[in-house]
Amino acid sequence: MPETPPPAGASITREQVAHLADLARIDLSDAELDHLAPQLSVILESIASIQGVAGEDVPPTSHSVPLTNVFREDVVVPSLTPEEALSGAPEAEQQRFSVPRILGEEQ
Amino acid sequence: MNGDTSSTAARLSEELAAGRVTSVEVTQRHLDRIAEIDAPSDRLGVHAFLHVDAEGALEQAAASDARRATGTPLSPLDGVPIAVKDVLTTRGIPTTCGSKILEGWIPPYDATVVRRLREAGLPILGKTNMDEFAMGSSTEHSAYGPTRNPWDLERIPGGSGGGSAAAVAAFEAPFAIGTDTGGSIRQPGAVTGTVGVKPTYGGVSRYGLVALANSLDQAGPVTRTVLDAALLHEVIGGHDPLDSTSIDEPLPALVDAVRQGESGDLTGVRIGVVTELGGEGYQPGVLTRFQESVDLMVKAGAEVVEVSCPSFVHALATYYLILPAEASSNLAKFDAMRYGLRVVPDGDPSAEDVMRATRDAGFGDEVKRRIILGTYALSSGYYDAYYGQAQKVRTLITRDFEAAFALADVLVSPTAPTTAFKLGEKVDDPLAMYLNDLATIPANLSGVPGISVPSGLADEDGLPTGVQILAPAMADDRVYRVGAALETLLRHEWGGPLLDRIPSLNGGTA
Repeated sequence: MPETPPPAGASITREQVAHLADLARIDLSDAELDHLAPQLSVILESIASIQGVAGEDVPPTSHSVPLTNVFREDVVVPSLTPEEALSGAPEAEQQRFSVPRILGEEQ
Repeated sequence: MNGDTSSTAARLSEELAAGRVTSVEVTQRHLDRIAEIDAPSDRLGVHAFLHVDAEGALEQAAASDARRATGTPLSPLDGVPIAVKDVLTTRGIPTTCGSKILEGWIPPYDATVVRRLREAGLPILGKTNMDEFAMGSSTEHSAYGPTRNPWDLERIPGGSGGGSAAAVAAFEAPFAIGTDTGGSIRQPGAVTGTVGVKPTYGGVSRYGLVALANSLDQAGPVTRTVLDAALLHEVIGGHDPLDSTSIDEPLPALVDAVRQGESGDLTGVRIGVVTELGGEGYQPGVLTRFQESVDLMVKAGAEVVEVSCPSFVHALATYYLILPAEASSNLAKFDAMRYGLRVVPDGDPSAEDVMRATRDAGFGDEVKRRIILGTYALSSGYYDAYYGQAQKVRTLITRDFEAAFALADVLVSPTAPTTAFKLGEKVDDPLAMYLNDLATIPANLSGVPGISVPSGLADEDGLPTGVQILAPAMADDRVYRVGAALETLLRHEWGGPLLDRIPSLNGGTA
């Protein structure tokens, strides 16, 4: 992705959408890219108006109700059993989530 | 009364307490009503439910009757059945969030809201339909087909919680749980002629609520009356140590506020009409009904002031940066490894190949659009211009609210800019769809509570409209007081509840 801020009213190209889908681990087909890219451009153009609305001096809000350092007593409480934790797994083996190989051939 | 499901939850609570009816009878009536009118949407059923748990609900109802028989009910609502939006986890009952990626998933734990319903003795009828992962304003983005609006089966019931609103409007459930991230309780309430409350952010636990946007999501009541909403809110609300954003303070007295409001007297209450939430883009019939509601409140003693919230014009853009940013992070957990769908491509695919294929097959268009948008907004180089900027504008919107609440006790606006539109009309036009939440989004960005109360039927199409009432954070009692007052005043004008005028379905009891 470019390191410089986009111009106001920026749109988004099909190639950018393909790259973003790749980052988001979604295997979009060509037909989906054709369909989604123009829609995303329209959305982005409409929300680009937000640039420059708030000045440098405005602090950001991440949560509307400001809470910091929420602690609780360090008390052990019952949790899910291994069977419960694995109950939704597509595949489980020896009380573990079983996953496809995680390394590529070149690794 | 046999077979009738039109009683409010408050009335059912009284009848159960008096022993005039059993929970098994009440629950069975609602299950019969569901069986009668909910059939899949392609056969003109309402399709408010994704899953009906008849057996579980009747078991819970029988247990409730046993408690009532020994004089040990768990709460005033013990035995009153309820429907739950499919975005809250329910132990032993499938939870899909309206998505194929979670098809058939049975959670091993209850959301805190669901646990509190069970602890108060409410039988759970089933799980209601919704836009996939709560992304939408029409319930058409459900992977399992849309819900239909009981006022006109060719129209949308609002969204994302169209299932909960339609279930309640169609008398399939006395009340329901919804969730509201940008209006998903209030907007469906407005277009189905029902009541919906978004509590103060942090007022109801989010534990077990499958997150769309953590900083915006809030569960709340979906009901036919303001009193029922308060009764339900008092059951589900309050501090929960399992949600670190939960407010560690007692809830205001909500049912008391409703009782006060039901007098219809608003003497001394300052009502702020927000300039930016009306006018252009709002359907004439919606504005007419809104103005009538304001006039009625003035007649009841309220003082009206016009307030300007200039940053609200940027609320939609702010929301569509913050929400996708949070959603794209949240939905990263659907990786085909621990729960949900796993699609394995041919050959010798890696875990990453499996993830890509699964997420492509399991997510619908709107979810993909928002994940990509969020990924974009959070990319280096764009972060400051978009996400960072949106967080700052969020501060400006909160400052607007603070200034407005210095002049008024509550703020009012139409809940949704239009009445229910036709199914299919906006489903592939994301921007047009997003505009439905124009008036509801600011409350989520600032965490303030809001209610939508039915305000009548628009002249041009005879479909329901709603009035939204907003109050400062933690002043949920104000939305209940003013909401109950407006409900009382309007019912006096109409000679009864708005839902008396809903067309009956399949010769139903409505």
